[in-house]
Amino acid sequence: MKRFWGFVVKEFLHIFRDYRTLLILFGMPVVQLILFGFVITNEIKDARFAVLDLSRDEVTRQITEKITSSGYFRLDRNLHTYSEIEGAFREGDIRLVVVFEPDFAQRLEREKVAHVQLIGDASDPNTASILVSYASGILNNYLFAMNSEAIPLQIHPETRMMYNQELRGVFMFVPGLMAMLLMLISALMTSLSITKEKELGTMELLLASPLRPLQIVVGKVFPYVFLAFLNACIIILLGWAVFGVPVRGSVGLLLFESFLFITVALSLGILISCITNSQQLAMMISLVALLLPTVLLSGFIFPVENMPMVLQWFCHIMPPMYFITIIKSIMLKGNGLFFVWKETLILFGFTFFFILMSIKKFSIRLS
Amino acid sequence: MQKEPENIIVVKDLVKKFGSFVANDHLTFEVKRGEIFGFLGANGAGKTTAIRILCGLSFPTSGELSVAGFNVYTQREKIKQNIGYMSQKFSLYDDLTTFENIRFYAAIYGLSKKEIDLRAGILMKKLDLEEARNSLIRDIPLGWKQKLAFSVAIIHDPKIVFLDEPTGGVDPITRRQFWDMIYEAARNGITVFVTTHYMDEAEYCDRLSIMVDGRIAALNTPLALREQYHAKNMNEVFLKLARVQKAAEA
Amino acid sequence: MRTIFYIIQKEFIQVFRNKRMLPIIFVVPIVQLLILVNAATFEMKQIDMAVVDLDLTSSSRQLTSKFQGSPFYRITSAPFSYSEAFVLMQKGDVDVILQIPRGFEKDLVKEKNTQVQLIVDAINGASAGLINAYSTNIILDFNREVLIEWLNPAEMGNIRRIVTETSYWYNPKLNYTTYMVPGILVLLVTIIGLLLSGMNIVREKEIGTIEQINVTPIRKIEFIAGKLIPFWIIAMFELAFGLVIGKLLFNIPIEGSLWLIFLSAGVYLFVILGFGLLISTMTNTQQQSMLVSFFFMVVFILMSGLFTSIESMPLWAQRVDLINPLAYFIKIMRMVMLKGSSFADISKLFYSLVGYAVLIISLAIWRYRKVA
Repeated sequence: MKRFWGFVVKEFLHIFRDYRTLLILFGMPVVQLILFGFVITNEIKDARFAVLDLSRDEVTRQITEKITSSGYFRLDRNLHTYSEIEGAFREGDIRLVVVFEPDFAQRLEREKVAHVQLIGDASDPNTASILVSYASGILNNYLFAMNSEAIPLQIHPETRMMYNQELRGVFMFVPGLMAMLLMLISALMTSLSITKEKELGTMELLLASPLRPLQIVVGKVFPYVFLAFLNACIIILLGWAVFGVPVRGSVGLLLFESFLFITVALSLGILISCITNSQQLAMMISLVALLLPTVLLSGFIFPVENMPMVLQWFCHIMPPMYFITIIKSIMLKGNGLFFVWKETLILFGFTFFFILMSIKKFSIRLS
Repeated sequence: MQKEPENIIVVKDLVKKFGSFVANDHLTFEVKRGEIFGFLGANGAGKTTAIRILCGLSFPTSGELSVAGFNVYTQREKIKQNIGYMSQKFSLYDDLTTFENIRFYAAIYGLSKKEIDLRAGILMKKLDLEEARNSLIRDIPLGWKQKLAFSVAIIHDPKIVFLDEPTGGVDPITRRQFWDMIYEAARNGITVFVTTHYMDEAEYCDRLSIMVDGRIAALNTPLALREQYHAKNMNEVFLKLARVQKAAEA
Repeated sequence: MRTIFYIIQKEFIQVFRNKRMLPIIFVVPIVQLLILVNAATFEMKQIDMAVVDLDLTSSSRQLTSKFQGSPFYRITSAPFSYSEAFVLMQKGDVDVILQIPRGFEKDLVKEKNTQVQLIVDAINGASAGLINAYSTNIILDFNREVLIEWLNPAEMGNIRRIVTETSYWYNPKLNYTTYMVPGILVLLVTIIGLLLSGMNIVREKEIGTIEQINVTPIRKIEFIAGKLIPFWIIAMFELAFGLVIGKLLFNIPIEGSLWLIFLSAGVYLFVILGFGLLISTMTNTQQQSMLVSFFFMVVFILMSGLFTSIESMPLWAQRVDLINPLAYFIKIMRMVMLKGSSFADISKLFYSLVGYAVLIISLAIWRYRKVA
């Protein structure tokens, strides 16, 4: 037993002396939280647009003013002819062109109808459609104010945003960030650490020593469990302290689920290290089979419900999706075990499955 | 015609420190052209450190050194053109074949394609490796790897070849065969600088120095050392020296 | 000079002999492309809604059926109380609750003013915004229908309308795939370039063969060139392969000149490979090198404008983006592929990349030492 602890201590020392790795492992959550919290946003702000005002009257000026002052748009330039539009788009920065027909205000008064063209740069279709709907919305509001005496019947929709009143993007990202980093540390680092011993040939030395294989694996993996857990705590803490991401449910349950996910990721990392001998390969497999799905197919950034059925099926056979659901449920909705028992069970199942596979692979190797 | 210098390696007061740890403590010695010079000592005595400095892989902290007539501080690249090196791990590429390894290293030393093919053929024949020509290095036995690594180290006919613990992990017969190769290289005019912790290998050298804790504790021919310390073999010489050192420190 | 050729030869042998790496380098990026393109969408497919109808009049039912009639909405339940509906939201079964208060129709007729509540699950802020917009739109639409039904023509006549015609250029069908593929190709090529090249050199450090190389008279530049060029070639090849797949499978447009694309890609790859090289001079183990590369990659990718737009970032972040090679190249790719921009249009971006490449490779070469 003492031998085992000696081994564990050695592994710890290895890692803690590797200050570069530590720096990145602990710096990453901080930097990414900053990125997600302050920098990345799906919201549209200051999108450059151009106006081709063929009318140049009070109304068109007011509407343009409303668009500019909405915060979504920034007026880049005024165009004079239709042919200038192409060039404006080509230069790369203009996303929307608003075209007012001639005699706009007059037509609106006399004929009660006037026309506006909204031309979006759909090379970025997402932004384009959002900008168009914002612009339409601004037009509608203007119209509404104009018509307010005439329209007698009003249905007012009152919206309440639950769990995240200010629609902060960061709420989505903290759970996803946890999943990604825990996966990174527990699976990727672990698989690299074990395959490195194999690559350098020292694994054979270890196997020849009095330590049992199980002890070797546990010993190698133990420091990363610790690191991963520490990391998770830091993310939650930072998220709460800097960005106000709440922990509305039980902190204990949250930590337990995090620990559970760490074990899932660890068992995956061990499985990967059982099937390969080279670090490069282990890394590529981890990245491809683990990290990319964690980021893309887990509901981290892109909602699972919006994906085609085939992909949704993929999401359901990967652990990160369940973990993220659990975290969101506990942190942001304040739910208890009652609401997440199903997903928790699934995570347990994953762990058992991966460990079983690893043992099988390992015994094949030995025999 | 100017006579080539008798001493092909000259080292004066070489010091190498890692932080406050002194790995090489004022080493002073010379190696004569064409001789087999041994660097003996326990693990951690500073042998590998010294040899890496002589190869240009590491900077000395202080001291004067010249290898093959070139200054180690300012003419590093010239030195490299004239030396060969075989490291402890005899770095051959596991995932390349025998021939591919030879070709690669030979090419780096600037041999032409014709030369490479020629020498590679000769080499493989001599080492009896022809059947292993297209085998991956990871699949051939350790003894073969060693011999191959040594041959690759001298494929460009360097003036000096540095061998860092070249015989680790093989049986005594293979080790003996390896030393035969060293003898042959020396006969062909290559100076051999070899480090080892096998005491019996010390007997094979023309001259050797024994390192203890970063310092040269003795420097002479094997015969002279045995006489000096009244020892039956080098092992005894070494033990006596180590005891002297311990006493001096106490 | 010839030595470079031999190094390249060795690298290629090693890459192609590594049977397991091959599919990863060549097949996996394509698979990722396929997945990414289909997964990376912010469009709403289906909005699950619970309707709490406390009025139960023909008007309230009309409003409900308007939602039912929309292909985006799925009314999963009609609970009798708000608290029931809220449990559904806690469970994650509904995205939005529509609550129609008692007296909805009566108020509409009498006071001409009434209210409905929309309670949206806002954990995903962006989705919530869209759900809110769509739902509000439907309600306003309903409002308009009510107006048409109940107002007389004279009253109707006073209402002014602005008719908007919308058109989308360069991607009229708003095909998200078209937009994403160029960026994703960049992403994949970057991963290969950065991770593999960096780890490769560090691997030689780790197993010790780099000593054998350092002890030879080989020049730094020869060694570095020999290490980078194979990966440059592989990455370029992957890019070409990816473009072919993109064209065949997704029919992405290639409006601009292919030469321009490959020229920019070539320069861009030098920047990326330079980064990989730089990282390899700062790390000693493959683990470290991978971690550092990964770190920079994630930051660069997120800030590159691939998933979220650069203009929406705060000013200080946009300035940081000046050193993000991905941002430059993604912009170039999109402009050239989708809009057919010419060299003149992208010249500023292009020259920035060239300068960047020179800078970074020089830095890496300077840092690389054959001596410890």
